[in-house]
Amino acid sequence: MDDLLSILSDLHPDVDFTTEENLMDDGILDSFDIVSIISEIGDVFDVIIGANEITPENFNSAEALYALIEKKMDEE
Amino acid sequence: MQNHVLDYLDETVKRVPDKLAYANETTQYTFADVYRKNRSVASWLAKNGYYKEPVVVFMRKSPEEIVTFFGTIQAGCFYVPIDEEMPFARVQLILENCKARVIICDRALLDAARKFEFTGELVCFDEIENTEILDEQLTLIRKKAIDTDPIYIVFTSGSTGIPKGVCACHRSVLDYIEQLSEVLGFDENTVFGNQTPLYFDACLKELYPTIKFGATTWLIPHNLFSMPVKLVEYMNEKKINTVCWVVSALTMISAFRTFDTVVPKFLRTVAFGSEVFPVKQFHLWKNAVPEARFVNLYGPTEGTGMCCYYPVEREFMPDEVIPIGFPFKNTEIMLLDENNKLAEEGEICIRGTSVTLGYYNNPEKTSECFVQNPLNTAYPEIIYRTGDIGRRNERGELVFVSRKDYQIKHMGHRIELGEIEVNVNLLEGVKMSGCVYDQVKNKIILFYVGTVSPAELSKQLKERLPRYMIPNNFYQLDEMPFTANGKIDRIALKNKLK
Repeated sequence: MDDLLSILSDLHPDVDFTTEENLMDDGILDSFDIVSIISEIGDVFDVIIGANEITPENFNSAEALYALIEKKMDEE
Repeated sequence: MQNHVLDYLDETVKRVPDKLAYANETTQYTFADVYRKNRSVASWLAKNGYYKEPVVVFMRKSPEEIVTFFGTIQAGCFYVPIDEEMPFARVQLILENCKARVIICDRALLDAARKFEFTGELVCFDEIENTEILDEQLTLIRKKAIDTDPIYIVFTSGSTGIPKGVCACHRSVLDYIEQLSEVLGFDENTVFGNQTPLYFDACLKELYPTIKFGATTWLIPHNLFSMPVKLVEYMNEKKINTVCWVVSALTMISAFRTFDTVVPKFLRTVAFGSEVFPVKQFHLWKNAVPEARFVNLYGPTEGTGMCCYYPVEREFMPDEVIPIGFPFKNTEIMLLDENNKLAEEGEICIRGTSVTLGYYNNPEKTSECFVQNPLNTAYPEIIYRTGDIGRRNERGELVFVSRKDYQIKHMGHRIELGEIEVNVNLLEGVKMSGCVYDQVKNKIILFYVGTVSPAELSKQLKERLPRYMIPNNFYQLDEMPFTANGKIDRIALKNKLK
C-alpha cells in the first residue's frame, strides 16, 4: 500500500490519498494521471491493468485501487 | 469570393436545416438552430454597440459555446475563449492583455466569472440566446467584413510567464479549412468526435468543416478520456467516423489493450498531431481499424491550426519517426540555417496565408518571430519562425528534429518550461527553480531550492497554472547547479534523474 501511496503522492503531493474517495468522479485524477499511474503500477507491482478495469469503482480511492492490484497479483 | 467563415453556414443551412450540427450529452443543435442562435447572440452584441473588438467567451464546452463563437464573429467581433480549467491568475493576465469590454458566460460559470477583476459587462448566454434578430444590421455588418480582420485570439504558453494571445484572421482560417478538408477528405457524411478543448485552435478542425459540409460534430464528454472502453463504445454509439486527436488520447486507448474488448468500427479517418505517435502504438491502431486512413498533422498555433500533413501509408519500423510530411497547398515551409540561408536542416519557417496576425497587444514578442522573410528584400512579407528544427529526409519528407529553446510538448499541450519556472519563483519560500522534461517517461520535473514543501508548492502552483503545466515530480535541492556562464544547468538537472 505504501508503494501505491507514494506513486499517487508523486503525482499530486497536495492530495491526501488515504482519505479521498472520489478521485475519478471529482476529477482529481484526469486521464493523463490514470495513464501514468497504470504505467507506474506496471513497473512497481508487475501487474497489467486492462482497459476494462479503468473504471471509477477501481480508481476512486487508493484503497480500491490497491484491492485491484492485490487481486491481480493473486491471479498470477 | 468567400471572405467570411460564416458564409459556409449561410449555404449549408439552406441545404440541410434539420440535420444535426453540434451535440453533447445535453444539447443538440441542428444547422437551423446554429443559424438562428448565432444571429441572436450577434444581434445582442450589435445592439449594445460591440463591434470590431474582442469578446471573451467563458463557457463550458458545449454547442452553446460554439454558437457564441459564431455570434461573436457574426457581429464583426472576434472571440477570446477562456476556460474554467484556467487558474484565476492566468485568466486575469488574459483579461488584461485583450482589454475586452464584455464577457459572455454560461449559467454554470456565472459565479466564477463574477470573481474576475473585470470592469466591463458580464452577460449570461441564456439571457441573449433568443434576442430578436436584427437582420438589416447583421447584413450591413457582413457587407463591411474584411477577411484580414481577426476571428479569434487563443492564448499559448509564454516563456516570460505571460501567456501570448495568437490572433488569427478569417482568411487564414478559410485557407486552413479548405486545405485540411481536401487532405482529410471531409464531406457531408463526416461524423466528428471532438476531443480537443475549444479554447485552442485545435478545435478548428471540427468546428468549421461541420458548417462547410453540413457534417456533424459530437463533443465527447471529457471524463470518457479516462475510460477507454466506454470511450470506444461511445464512438460506436454515435457512429463517429473521423477523429482529429492529440496523440496521447489515441495511445491511452491502444496502450491498455482496449481493442481486445471493443474497436471503433465506424472510424475511417484518424488525424493526429501535437506529438510524436510511437510506432508501436500506431501499429495497434492500424491493426484495429485497417480500413482507416491515418494522417499525421503538424503546425504551430501561429500558423493557424496545422500547416503540414503526412498520410501514413508505408511501413514504419518501431525505431522510426513518422515524418511531418509536406506543407498544405498555399503554404511554404522554409528551413533556414543560422545565416538565414535555405538549408537541408534548419528552423522551420512558415510562409503564406496561414501565418496569423501576431500576438495581440504584444508588438515586442510578435517582432521576435513574425519577421520579414530574409530571402525577400523587395517588399514587406511576414514569415513565422517556429523555433522548431526540421530536416528533409531522403524521400523529401519533412521530419521534426528538435526545439531551439525550452518549449516542450506534454500530453498534447505546448508548454514553455520557463513559464513554469517564473510562476514557481513567484511563490513564497522558493529561492530558485529549474524545470526539465523527461522525454522517456513524459514527465515535467521541477527542481527547486527553498523552504516550502513539495505538497505546499504543488497546491499553490495549481492556483497559477493550468493543470497540464503542473510538474509531475517535485525535488527539493540544497543548491542549484549552474553552468560556467551562470545559467541553471539543465543537463546536470537531467542527470539527477538517472
